[in-house]
Amino acid sequence: MFTRPFRPSKISLSFERLLFAKQPMTTRAPLMSKRPKRGVPEGLWQRCPGCGESIYWKEAEKLLNVCPKCEYHFYVSAQERIRHVLDEGTFEEWDTQLRTADPLEFVDASKSYKERMAIEQKKCGLTDAALTGGGMIRARRVAFGVTDSQFIMGSMGSVVGERLVRLIERATDESLALIIISGSGGGARMHEGILSLMQMAKVSAALARYDRAGGLFISVLTNPTMGGVAASFASLGDLVYAEPKALVGFAGPRTIKATIRLELPKGFQTSEFLLEHGFVDRIVSRSRLKSEIARAIDYCGK
Amino acid sequence: MSAATAAPGLDFEHPILELEGRRRALEQIAERTPAQEEDLRQLKRELAETTRRIYSTLTPWQTVQVARHKDRPYTSDYLSLVFEDFSELHGDRRFGDDRAMLAGFAKLDEHKVMVVGHQKGRTYKERQACYFGCAHPEGYRKAILKMKLAEKYGLPVICLIDTPGAYPGIGAEERGQSQAIAENMYEMSRLKTPIICIVIGEGGSGGALGIGVGDRVAVLQYSYYSVISPEGCAGILWKSAQHAERAATALKFTSADLLRLGVVDHIIEEPLGGAHRDPHQTASRVKQYLLRSLRELLNQSRETLPQTRYEKFRRMGVFLEDAAAAMAVGGGAGAGEGNGMNGDGRG
Ligand SMILES: [Zn+2]
Repeated sequence: MFTRPFRPSKISLSFERLLFAKQPMTTRAPLMSKRPKRGVPEGLWQRCPGCGESIYWKEAEKLLNVCPKCEYHFYVSAQERIRHVLDEGTFEEWDTQLRTADPLEFVDASKSYKERMAIEQKKCGLTDAALTGGGMIRARRVAFGVTDSQFIMGSMGSVVGERLVRLIERATDESLALIIISGSGGGARMHEGILSLMQMAKVSAALARYDRAGGLFISVLTNPTMGGVAASFASLGDLVYAEPKALVGFAGPRTIKATIRLELPKGFQTSEFLLEHGFVDRIVSRSRLKSEIARAIDYCGK
Repeated sequence: MSAATAAPGLDFEHPILELEGRRRALEQIAERTPAQEEDLRQLKRELAETTRRIYSTLTPWQTVQVARHKDRPYTSDYLSLVFEDFSELHGDRRFGDDRAMLAGFAKLDEHKVMVVGHQKGRTYKERQACYFGCAHPEGYRKAILKMKLAEKYGLPVICLIDTPGAYPGIGAEERGQSQAIAENMYEMSRLKTPIICIVIGEGGSGGALGIGVGDRVAVLQYSYYSVISPEGCAGILWKSAQHAERAATALKFTSADLLRLGVVDHIIEEPLGGAHRDPHQTASRVKQYLLRSLRELLNQSRETLPQTRYEKFRRMGVFLEDAAAAMAVGGGAGAGEGNGMNGDGRG
């Protein structure tokens, strides 16, 4: 809610703008060639925000967008998350028919919400910031949701809230383990005002019922997870895992700095900070995420 | 009560304050002449008309100023005006006692209840002690702890919401502000006792919602309830807090908007010229609302309350849902296309 885009993704976006036009499309899957990949450039050297070194992007990409030198975790899209975590070809997307209704007819300094949505949809190849559905992890069926931090900063409006609640309700009805990977610098989406705020209550309430029914919820925090997303479903996992060095917190660092007028401590609001203060169960690097989730389901799942 | 000059941002009250000053001057005359009596009557009429005119056309930004008015009744005022026998309960049993969140037993006529509410403080010292109504995680944890106590002994819970937002600070983050707010919504949604929430002033974002999941949610007429402060929204979307007035309009957070959007059940009308002009009258209306709602909720079985509360919040949100919209906007976008695994994406 109080946050701005996290710097690393901004850097990589500007990289993309600079180099995209000259860049031949390398395609992993035939359907991906339809639109540019976003967030990270391909086939070139890039400066890592983690260690400051120049890294060969192809090499990082092989490591699921992780810096080979310092393990900095770069942005990955919602679609790529599915490939990282679920068994190949098992994902079935749910509730694709939901679309924002722009209930406030919101217009900011430069654009209407409708225009912004159209731009974001095109940029990300998503209809909204959350993608939900069913899939398999090591042959166990799960309910899976992910928010994409590049779609209006991964913020939650009515559609994201509704998709997540339907996901949780279906997981409750079908006794599925639930995995939600959060990436949201934006928290509750300003463009839908109070309705976005209410999604926090709605999703949290659905999780409380799921919990009562005995469901296992694994929440995975990625860079960044802030505001209303951090202050609702992302914090409510039976297990809370976090990618290394992700920015996670309630208020944005700038808001805090402006309020207290002090420098923030080093490493403030990182995954490691949260672990130290007792709010994260494990820090899990991207390459181990799938097997760590599978192991947790092994221990807790039914 | 009011000074001769309006507080910053309350310039629109100038004509009212001026008339109020003249009325006070006349009222202070011990023995008024018949002419002065007539003047006073005239003045009172004019004052009522002016107040009505100004308050019937408040902009959203002006409404925010009223909601933040220094003389607006706070939780502590309602505790003495609406309830009897308030007995404060301190502490979260984990870290400390947050002065920005009050909790305790109280009597609402014959009903024994648990009251929880944000407290802003009136003097500067009080305000500092409770961070101007911005609670820390220990405030939210105190709130839910006392609500669970209320559930255990069958006491209804009354939450009075009045905060600019949860406190943004180092300690708050260290102690899990996000987790505290999330857990409160989670637990409140399944509490087996009636919960009535009233936004009495500022409904600032997650900090408000952290005690805002109830069977009934009402809002005082000139309160606001928003996903973000108008200043914060302006800073992000207009790149400057100077545009707070525009953000306030865009965010649609006045009581009428909230009712229209299905976020609150009821608007409690404020006395002419706002709650700060007549805290007693305001409190009496709040009390009537609480008693009426409580009677309704006490007729429901405690076991079914969480279900109806869930359904209430489950309905919140506005979106489109039809296959045509899906084809028109996104086409084949989404996971099917994105990861190239599902062939044609969807039907
Ligand atoms: Zn690096």
